[in-house]
Amino acid sequence: MSTAGTQETTTYREALREALREAMRSDDRVFLMGEDVGRYGGCFGVSLGLLEEFGPDRVRDTPLSESAFVGAGIGAALAGMRPIVEIMTVNFSLLALDQILNNAATLLHMSGGQLPVPLVIRMTTGAGRQLAAQHSHSLESFYAHIPGIRVLAPATLEDARHMLAPALADPDPVVIFEHGSLYNASGPLAPQAASVDLDHAAVRRPGDAVSLITYGGSLPKMFAAADELAADGVDAEVVDLRTLRPLDAGTVAASVARTHRAVVVDEAWRTGSVAAELSARLAEESFYELDAPVERVCGAEVPIPYARRLEEAALPQTAGIVAAAHRAVG
Amino acid sequence: MLRIRRFEERCVELYSASKIRGFVHLYIGEEAVAVGVNAALSPEDAVVSTYREHGHALARGLPPEAIMAEMYGRTTGCSGGRGGSMHLFDVSRRFYGGSAIVAGGLPPAAGLALADRLRGLPRVTCCFFGDGAFAEGEFHETANLAALWDLPLLLVCENNLYAMGTALAREHAQTDLAMRAASYGMPAWAVDGMDVEAVAQAARRAVEGIRAGTGPHFLELRTYRFRAHSMYDPDRYRDKAEIERWKSRDPIGRLTERMRDDGEPVDEELARIERRIADEIDHAVDAAERAPEEPVEDLLRHVTSARAGEVNRQ
Ligand SMILES: Cc1ncc(C[n+]2csc(CCOP(=O)(O)OP(=O)(O)O)c2C)c(N)n1
Repeated sequence: MSTAGTQETTTYREALREALREAMRSDDRVFLMGEDVGRYGGCFGVSLGLLEEFGPDRVRDTPLSESAFVGAGIGAALAGMRPIVEIMTVNFSLLALDQILNNAATLLHMSGGQLPVPLVIRMTTGAGRQLAAQHSHSLESFYAHIPGIRVLAPATLEDARHMLAPALADPDPVVIFEHGSLYNASGPLAPQAASVDLDHAAVRRPGDAVSLITYGGSLPKMFAAADELAADGVDAEVVDLRTLRPLDAGTVAASVARTHRAVVVDEAWRTGSVAAELSARLAEESFYELDAPVERVCGAEVPIPYARRLEEAALPQTAGIVAAAHRAVG
Repeated sequence: MLRIRRFEERCVELYSASKIRGFVHLYIGEEAVAVGVNAALSPEDAVVSTYREHGHALARGLPPEAIMAEMYGRTTGCSGGRGGSMHLFDVSRRFYGGSAIVAGGLPPAAGLALADRLRGLPRVTCCFFGDGAFAEGEFHETANLAALWDLPLLLVCENNLYAMGTALAREHAQTDLAMRAASYGMPAWAVDGMDVEAVAQAARRAVEGIRAGTGPHFLELRTYRFRAHSMYDPDRYRDKAEIERWKSRDPIGRLTERMRDDGEPVDEELARIERRIADEIDHAVDAAERAPEEPVEDLLRHVTSARAGEVNRQ
């Protein structure tokens, strides 16, 4: 740890690891389980070294049995533990979707409030590394659709470092999405950053001409777009949703009340996406604030292709965001 | 086996040169499995594969240039550049290739077999998968269904002792996989997967049984991958001595030894085959380098059949 007042450079991956380490040090009910989290060090290197520090009971390698080990996480949570379950990617989480939806998200309600499920599930999401369709999808909206769970998408180093503690403190299931292209992102991390508020979106950059709204792996593209727009004399506000369920429509509405224009960026397919939900909210709640139709920049409606230029064409890119903002500003 | 070995060695070079990208899983060390099993199959049979499928695809007769072009992401690739290394397909060869969801190919393999059964076709569907996949519910549900319905399905478990970094004994409470498969009521046996003749013999016996109408069969092939799980894997979880021990059982080396002992003129033959394969691979790389890339306007092709070719306006 650095001395107070100075800023330490870290990566998104290390920030996540530090959060896991802190969680396990401070509460012995917390344990991590998932495929290759232990000996291998996590398939994206997030949990490297934790096995040595906490031992195989608390950093638990599982077989390839997503439904079984997520379900086991639910059971352990019911019995008073605080499991953190890692699923390698959201693509594979579909094998466990039944447990997440029909058990984790539902037990509290079905039991008339008797069975809260304090479970945290982490998984990687997103495209951009030429891994082809079965390793590249953004299915956050599938989870954001489900009442009974909280869905988080840390996009910054601070959120990667500090979202886990409040997620573990939540009595209900929390799903955390880590975008694969962010793991190597690096920068200074304030040593005593404030604890993250999981109920509110964050205005990452103030502006008055247009609201650029996104989450997760698209945030760096938003900043790049905002820089380009600034050079064109358009002062864009960047809003990071950070929590996809419950969606903080209030912060978005307040931003749109200032800028009167909205561009929503989502790497997922447009149809039925988080961007679709947000656009509907804006139509319902901010209709009279809007001076232009809501613009959406989303992933193309195609399984993500392997070939590099097709993959690039399938994903939101900075140029497309800038163009959408110019259309909105008119 | 040599073609698979040399093809993949070239893949390593091309990957290091950033010519091919994504996740690339090598089959080096496991060649006897693909070659031995394919020797027992006919062109009418179907093969379902995984993401570690270069060997299965080559043994099935997919041209090296179609596979190489796929890894280059070119239109001439066997999946038109959409799939890459993990998603090779060739319906003309009944190669229902590359699924990258572990165990994801098993239930559809049962369906292919079911279709043959319903239509009275004397064909076999062969599904390759790993020891890791054996832990998934998908395997167990498929094995039960196949046995229950007497499906003409050959289940080929490539037990290379690891699922990524997780060793067999850390993923299975009972590591005798053939025994567990037998509990579904199907013939199941374990075979030395480093011996191509033993593999071919076992596969032939299983395929004959399946064609004779005795339902699904299971083969556990004890093998080993000499390389890391994928090009991204630092391979920290395996002991170097263990790798060396398995390398001494190299299926290509063993076959060569055996032929030499039988007095066959292996060395001249080998030199000739090596030259032919080197030419073939040079040609495949060359063709891939020169092949066109799919135009971006075609991004939305192949999403639904009815709209194939039409550009979707968003
Ligand atoms: C459902 C699912 N979970 C996890 C993964 C990540 N993954 C890819 S390959 C692999 C190991 C599979 O091992 P095994 O089935 O033994 O096959 P091998 O790679 O040894 O050939 C894992 C965990 C995946 N692709 N799909």
